[in-house]
Amino acid sequence: MTIDYLARRIGMFVAVVLVATSVNFFLPRLSGQDPIATRLESLAAEGVTTRQEDYAALVATYNEKLGLNRPLIVQYLSYLGQLARFDLGTSIAQFPQTVREIISAAMPWSIGLMLTSTLITFALGTLGGALLAWQYGPRAAFEIIFPPFFLLAAVPYFLLGLLLIWLFAFELRLLPLLGAYEPTSLPDWTDIGFILEVLRHALLPALSIILASMGFWALGMRSMMITMQGEDYMLQSEAKGLTRTRIFFRYALRNAILPQTTALALTLPHVVSGAVLVERVFSYPGIGLTLYEAIAGSDFAVIQGLVFVIVLAIAVAMLIIDVIYPFLDPRISYSQA
Amino acid sequence: MATAETLGVLQDGAVSRASARTGALWRYSRRNPSIIVGLGLMVILVVFWALGTLLTNPEDADVDSFVPPNHRPSLSNPHPCYSSENPRTLCFSYDDEPRRHLLGVDRLGKDILASFSLGIPQTLMVGFIAAFIGTTVGTVLAFVAGYYGGVIDATIRFIVDTLQTIPGLLILIILTLAWREISGGQAMTLIQLSLVIALLAWLGPTRVIRSQVLVLKQRSYVELARLSGMSGPEVIVREMMPNLMPFIVANFVLAVSSAILASVGLEVLGLGDFSSNTLGMMIYHNIWYGSLINGWWWWWAPPIVVIVVLFLGLFMVSRGMDEWANPRLRRRV
Repeated sequence: MTIDYLARRIGMFVAVVLVATSVNFFLPRLSGQDPIATRLESLAAEGVTTRQEDYAALVATYNEKLGLNRPLIVQYLSYLGQLARFDLGTSIAQFPQTVREIISAAMPWSIGLMLTSTLITFALGTLGGALLAWQYGPRAAFEIIFPPFFLLAAVPYFLLGLLLIWLFAFELRLLPLLGAYEPTSLPDWTDIGFILEVLRHALLPALSIILASMGFWALGMRSMMITMQGEDYMLQSEAKGLTRTRIFFRYALRNAILPQTTALALTLPHVVSGAVLVERVFSYPGIGLTLYEAIAGSDFAVIQGLVFVIVLAIAVAMLIIDVIYPFLDPRISYSQA
Repeated sequence: MATAETLGVLQDGAVSRASARTGALWRYSRRNPSIIVGLGLMVILVVFWALGTLLTNPEDADVDSFVPPNHRPSLSNPHPCYSSENPRTLCFSYDDEPRRHLLGVDRLGKDILASFSLGIPQTLMVGFIAAFIGTTVGTVLAFVAGYYGGVIDATIRFIVDTLQTIPGLLILIILTLAWREISGGQAMTLIQLSLVIALLAWLGPTRVIRSQVLVLKQRSYVELARLSGMSGPEVIVREMMPNLMPFIVANFVLAVSSAILASVGLEVLGLGDFSSNTLGMMIYHNIWYGSLINGWWWWWAPPIVVIVVLFLGLFMVSRGMDEWANPRLRRRV
C-alpha cells in the first residue's frame, strides 16, 4: 500500500516536471523567433557592428555552437538528456557563461531569503492565529495586534516592499536600499562583518514577505482552532485536569496544524511568484532578478533554466510534504491518501 | 400616500427569492460589515476615478516633452516655469493656457491624475475579462467533474493539480513572451494580456467549486431531483447552481483580484502594454526611473494607495460574501 501511494505520488511528480519542461521547451521555439539575431541586433544597437556578409556567418556559427540548427525533436530529446544531468545549456546574452553557473550564483540568495522568511512567517502566523482563537490565552492583545496583518495579506508583497524601502531606506536611512551586500565589498563568508552586512540587506525584503503573508497563516489557523475547541476530546482533556499549556500544545495545536501544512504545500508556488517580484523591487541578486534580466534580454536559455529549476524545487518540496504528511497525521494512512 | 402604500403591499406580495436573498445579505452584512467596508472602498475608487475624469483631459496623460516633467502637485500654480519665483526657467509649451496638475506630473510628463482616470478602468478591465472567463470555464468544469465523477473528474483534477504546482507567474511569463514573439516582437494589448491571464484563471475556481459540488451532491434534495428523473444538466442548472451562486460570485471577486495581481506582476516585470496607463505600468515606470530614491513621492505614492484600496476592497467583498455563502465560516456572535 505504501509503495503504491509512493509510486502514484512520484508519478505525479514526474508528470509535473515533464509538463513544465515540455511547455518550457516548445513554446519559445514554436514562436519561430531567432534569439541569435535578436542578440546581434541588440549588440548592433549598442554599437558593436560587423560587415553584412560576416553577419550571416556569425549567426550560423552561433546556431552551430548552441545546437539551434538541429531538428526540433532532436533538440527536445537532447534537452531532456541535458536536464537529467543538470546541464541547462549556455546563456545567449552572456555567452560563455553556462546557465547552471548563472543559476547557481543566484539560487543561494533566493533560497536563503525565501526559505527563511517563509518559515518565520509560517511559525509566527500559525502560533499567532492559534493564540488568537485560544480562549484562555491573551486573546485581547492579539485581537489588537493581528487585524492589520489580515489587511496586509490582501496587499501584494512587492508593494509593501516599496513602502518599506521608502520608510527605512530613504526617509530614515536605517537600512540599505538595494542589493544583497554593498557593491564595494567582496563576498567572504568567514568574515563576521560581511555576514552582518548580508543580514542587514536581507532584512527589508524578508520583512515585506513576512508582514504581507503572516495574516494568511493566522486566519487559517484561527478558524481551525475555533473548530478544534468544539471537539469532545478538548472537553475531556480539560476534565482530566491536564494543564492548559499541555492542552494547547499537545491537543489543540497538534491537530489544528495539519491543514496548515497542506496549505504550506499549496501556497509554495504563490510564495515563489511573489518573491520574484520582491527581488526585482529590491534588486536582490536571486533568481527573481535573474529572471527579470533574462526577460529583458530575451535570454531563453536562462529563462527556461530558471523555470525548470523553480518548478523542480517546488515539486520536490511538495513531494516531501506529501510523503511526510501521514507521519504528522496518524489518522491518514498512505492507502487512503 | 395611498399609491405608496399600494406599492409597498405589491412589493411585499411579490417578494422574489432573489430579493429575499438580498435582504438576508443585507441583514448579515450588518453583523459582519466586511462587505460594506469593501464596497465602500470600491466606491471611493470610483469617486476618485470620476473626479479625475472630470478634472482632466485624456490627452494630459500623453507622454509630453513640453511639460516640464516631475513637478509636485499644485492647486493654483501651473508649471513651475510660469511662476514668478522661477522667472528664468525656460518653458516650452504649445498650451496658451497653463494647466493645473492637481496630483503633479511624472517623469514622462504625464499628468498623474489623468493617468489614473485612464488607468483604473484599464486595470479593472483586465481583471474582469480574465476573471469572467476563468470563473465561467472553472464553474462548468467543476460541475462536470464533481457531478459526473469518474474518468472526467480524475482527468480534470490531475490537470488542475499539476498546473497549480507550477508558480502561475512563471507560466504567464513564458506565455507572454511566446505571444510577444509570435506577434513579431510587439508588446501585448490589454485584451491579449487578459486572455493570457484567463488561460490560468480557471484553475482556482475549478478546484474550489468542485469540492462544493461534491458536498452539495450528497444533499437529499439533489438526490430527490435525480431520482425523480431529472437529467444531469437539469439538476446542475436548476437545483445546484442557484444554491452555489453566492459562492461562485464570491469566487469571481477573488478571481478578479488574482487576475489583477497577475497583470500587475507581469507589468512590473516589463511584460505589460507600454501604451497603457494601468496601475501596474505606473509601478513599472516608478521602479524604472527610481522615483523612490529620488523622493518623487507624488509619483509613487498614489498608485500604491490606489492598488492597496483596490485589493483591500476586493478582498473584503469576497471574504464577506464567502462567509455569507458558507455559514460555517460566519463570525460567531
